[in-house]
Amino acid sequence: MAVATTIDKPAVAPVVSRLVGRGALAGADRLWALAFVTPYLAVFIAFVVYPVSYGLWLGSNWASYQQLFADPVYPRAIVNTLIYLLVAVNLKLALALLLSGVFMRKGWWSKLLLLIFILPWAVPGIPSFISIHWMLNSQWGLINNAIWELFQVDGPPWLDNSNLALGSVIYAHIWKWLPFWTVIFLAGRMAIPRELYEAAEVDGASVVGRFVHITFPLLASLYLVCTLLSTIWALGDFNSVRFISGGGPALSTHVLATLGIRNAFELGSPQLGMATVLTALPLLIPLVYLLMRHLKKGEVAL
Amino acid sequence: MSLARRARFDRIIAEAGIVLLSAVLIIWTIVPLYNMVRVSLQEKEDVLASSVFPTSVSLHSFYTALHEGYWLLKNFWGQMGNSLYIGITVAFLTLAIGTLTSFTISRMRIKHGWMLTNAALMTYMIPMSFLAIPFYSIMGKYGLLDNPIALIAVEVTFATPYAIFIFKQYGASIPHELDEAARIDGASPPQIFYRIYLPLMAPALVAIGTYALLLSWNEYLYAFLLLSSDSSITVPVGLGKFLNSDEAPWNYLMAAAIIYALPPMAIYYAFRRKMNSGLTMGGVKG
Repeated sequence: MAVATTIDKPAVAPVVSRLVGRGALAGADRLWALAFVTPYLAVFIAFVVYPVSYGLWLGSNWASYQQLFADPVYPRAIVNTLIYLLVAVNLKLALALLLSGVFMRKGWWSKLLLLIFILPWAVPGIPSFISIHWMLNSQWGLINNAIWELFQVDGPPWLDNSNLALGSVIYAHIWKWLPFWTVIFLAGRMAIPRELYEAAEVDGASVVGRFVHITFPLLASLYLVCTLLSTIWALGDFNSVRFISGGGPALSTHVLATLGIRNAFELGSPQLGMATVLTALPLLIPLVYLLMRHLKKGEVAL
Repeated sequence: MSLARRARFDRIIAEAGIVLLSAVLIIWTIVPLYNMVRVSLQEKEDVLASSVFPTSVSLHSFYTALHEGYWLLKNFWGQMGNSLYIGITVAFLTLAIGTLTSFTISRMRIKHGWMLTNAALMTYMIPMSFLAIPFYSIMGKYGLLDNPIALIAVEVTFATPYAIFIFKQYGASIPHELDEAARIDGASPPQIFYRIYLPLMAPALVAIGTYALLLSWNEYLYAFLLLSSDSSITVPVGLGKFLNSDEAPWNYLMAAAIIYALPPMAIYYAFRRKMNSGLTMGGVKG
């Protein structure tokens, strides 16, 4: 399998291992090691441990939860968050898994297609989201202009109807992140030995059969890890909602991440904002736990 | 005979399917980008025209953006400079801290290296936006609001964990015998780090440097919260300000957005292979 599996290192090994010190580091080496990890430790303590503790302290005020639960925007934001996570993440990953198969085809066309296809990933998010926001404007946007030219009817008010607005946010999320996950699955597919498919072909397996019996079982673990990771990232996604719907119309498309920022900065209550965000922990902690467990098993390298 | 015809028929169907799928994919991908270009090519008065194709094509809005000829674009080049300065600093610090940490964990075999790895993993899994509120308060206490250092700090914090994973994985392919040989010749840890580890890590350094630069260049939320004055904001924050203005200078906005998007796209496509080899080692945090 791997090329560099065994390089025999005979007589030197025992001598060297003492010098390098497989156990505890000694003297100067220890100081060097300490000096080398200090920058990271400093960053971790100052900018992760401290903000996390401070955030937990800000969110430990019971009164802000009472205030939060009394806010009619909050339950709507919870529902939106769940819809966003379930629909956007799963639809995106299922499409990515299928599309990655298309890019496995040989030839210049699929290479060129891939180059075009990854554009949304290469373009920074903010310009794209601003463009999508304007494109979906019901009066002057490109989409409704096109609908008018083609069918002579007024298109739907994409961003002025709460369901359509949430749908638009999901569309923007999928548009932006589909290429990234497709490339991940493409890399996963390329790691599957060709011989498996050749053997299946000899046995007369169909395209669907090969996907069900070879591709999917071998990619299942990767697919699960990607689902968990993508869900965690989507839970913290601020930009899609902020720029596509802005939480509107009438605060009906907020998710927890944007509502937290709104409560903290627009309403000027960091405690309320932190309480909003912390109510995502019952979802976040199991996701992180599952992800850590799968990564520990080492089937999928991160 | 009929079998051969059947096979040919199947192939034609498959080809047609590919053509159709390609068309759908290209349209899906291009539409928002086409909209960006379409609006940027229009005059301010034509922005509200109900057309699919630009009515009167002109490069006027690009000219305006490049010459900062509109009040919202007053400091456009200054903002590009801020984005670049912050991005390069973040890339450099991420590389420095990431390589030092991964070198210590995997090459010096320190006792509690796994704790550092777990700390990095935990950081990687905290949604960035969830920490924005306490981070803002803390930066206020430090007196670093409206200071690029605050933004650099947060970007480095969130870029380093991924850097450490990739460096650890890439570094595993560098034989330990090299370190050991250098050891016998009397090299100290900094010499091994600088003379052996870093040069052999070059491809991973390029991948992670690009990753950190792009992460920082694309950042909106923290830049929006931490930076406020016209002279210190980055381009995405400036673009966001357009949205909140009452006028609709969409052509200027889109022209500025395109100018801002071009450098990272060029970098992305230039380093695509390197980034992709980073990808096959794992997953890049988009």
